[in-house]
Amino acid sequence: MTGFTALMARDLRLVWRRPGDVAVVLAFFVVATALFPLGIGPQANVLARIAAGVLWCAALFAALLSLDRLFAADHEDGTLDLLLLAPWPLELAALAKCAAHWIVTGLPLAVLAPLLGVAFGLEAESLAALGATLLVGTPTLSLVGGLAAALTLGARRSGALLALLAPPLCVPTLIFGASAVETVATGEGFATHLAILAALALVSLATLPWAIAAALRQAGE
Amino acid sequence: MADLHFLANPARFRRFSQRALPVLSFATALALGVGLYLALVVSPPDYQQGETVRIMFVHVPSAWIAMAGYMLLAALGASLLVWRHPLAALMARGAAPVGAVFCAVCLLTGSLWGRPMWGTYWVWDARLTSMLLLFFLYLGHIALSRAYDDPARGDRAAAILALVGAINVPIIKFSVDWWNTLHQPASVMKLGGPSIHPAILTPLLVMALALALLYVVLVLLRTDTEIDRRRLELSESVA
Repeated sequence: MTGFTALMARDLRLVWRRPGDVAVVLAFFVVATALFPLGIGPQANVLARIAAGVLWCAALFAALLSLDRLFAADHEDGTLDLLLLAPWPLELAALAKCAAHWIVTGLPLAVLAPLLGVAFGLEAESLAALGATLLVGTPTLSLVGGLAAALTLGARRSGALLALLAPPLCVPTLIFGASAVETVATGEGFATHLAILAALALVSLATLPWAIAAALRQAGE
Repeated sequence: MADLHFLANPARFRRFSQRALPVLSFATALALGVGLYLALVVSPPDYQQGETVRIMFVHVPSAWIAMAGYMLLAALGASLLVWRHPLAALMARGAAPVGAVFCAVCLLTGSLWGRPMWGTYWVWDARLTSMLLLFFLYLGHIALSRAYDDPARGDRAAAILALVGAINVPIIKFSVDWWNTLHQPASVMKLGGPSIHPAILTPLLVMALALALLYVVLVLLRTDTEIDRRRLELSESVA
C-alpha cells in the first residue's frame, strides 16, 4: 500500500509542479462547452434541454484529451520498466495512476460542470444531479481511458487511436449520466441512475486494473 | 480442446485449411444458392412488411455472425494471451475485417429496411446503437492490431481489447429488454420457441447457414493469407 500512495503522490506532485497540463484540459472543457450555444443558437429552452448531454460529452472528451500522456512519459524515461520490475503488483500501480488522473481531471470536471450548467439555464436540482453523476461516473472514464492509454502505448498515432478505442467502452456511463439529469428535469429522483453509474464504476474498478496491467506488461516486453 | 491445440501449429493448420477450403467453398455456394432461391422466390411476402421482409434474410444472419464473430475475436484473444498460440493472432487479424463487414452489412440492410417500415433510415434505438458500437469496437480492434511496427505487439494489444470489448456483446443481446424501444424484440432466439411462421423461418435459417459458411471460408482464406504474409516478412528480414 505504501507503493500505491507513493506513486499516487508522485503523480500528483508532478501535476502540482506543472499545473498548466490540467489547466489546458479544463480550459478545453469550457471552450468545447461554449461552442455548443454558438453552433445551436441561444434559445434558453433548447440549451437547457441539451445541457446534460453536452456537458457529459465535453467531460468525456476532456478526460480523453488528458489521457495520452498517462503512461507515455513513464514509458519514455524508464519509470515504467522499474514499475514492471518492482516487487509489488503492477495492478496497484495501474490503479494508482488512474486514481491520480481522476483527482486531477475527473474531480475538477465534476466541480466545474455545474457552474457551466448555470450558463445553460439548468435548475438547481439538475445541477446537483449533474455534479453527482459526474463525480460517480468519471472514475469509470479514467479507468477505461487508462486501459486505452496502456493499449496504445508506443503505437503510431496513439492519441487518435485512443480516441477511437475509449468512447465505445464509455457509452454506458455516458447514457446513464446524461439521462439522470433528464430524469430530474421530469421531477423524478435519480437514485437508480446513480446506483447504476456506481455499479459501472465498481465493475471497472474490479476488472480494468488487471487489463491495464496486462497491457503495460506486453508494452514492456 | 486437444484438437484446437493441434491446429495451433500454422503448418498443420495450413494442411487442414487446404483440404477443408474446397469442400467448404462448395458447401457455401450450394447453401447460398438454395438460401437465396428460398428467400427471394419461394417465401411469401409478409402481410405487413410486403416484399421488404426479404431484407431480413440477409440482415438477421449478418447481425448474428457479427456478434458471434466478436466472440470469436475474444476467444482468439484469450488463446493468444493464455497459450501464446501464434495462429490465434493471425486468425484474429484475418477475422476482424470480415466481422466488421458483416456488421456493416447488418447496419446498411437494417437502414434500408427501416426507411419503408419505420419511415426513417436511422433511429437512435438501443439495439441499433449497440450494433453501431460493435462496429466501432471492430474498427478499434483492426486499427490497434495494425498500429505497431512490431506486429506481435499489436496482436497482443488487440487481444486485450477484444476481451474487454466482449463485455459489450451481451449488452447488445439484452439491451432490447433493458430499453425496449422501437426495434422489435428478439423473435427467433427466445424461450418458448420462435414466433416466426415456418415459411419465413426456413429460408432465414438456410441463409444463416449459408452466410455463416461464407464467414468461415473467408476467415480461413484470410488466415492462410496472413500466414503467407508473416512467412514472407520473416524471410525478407532474414535475407
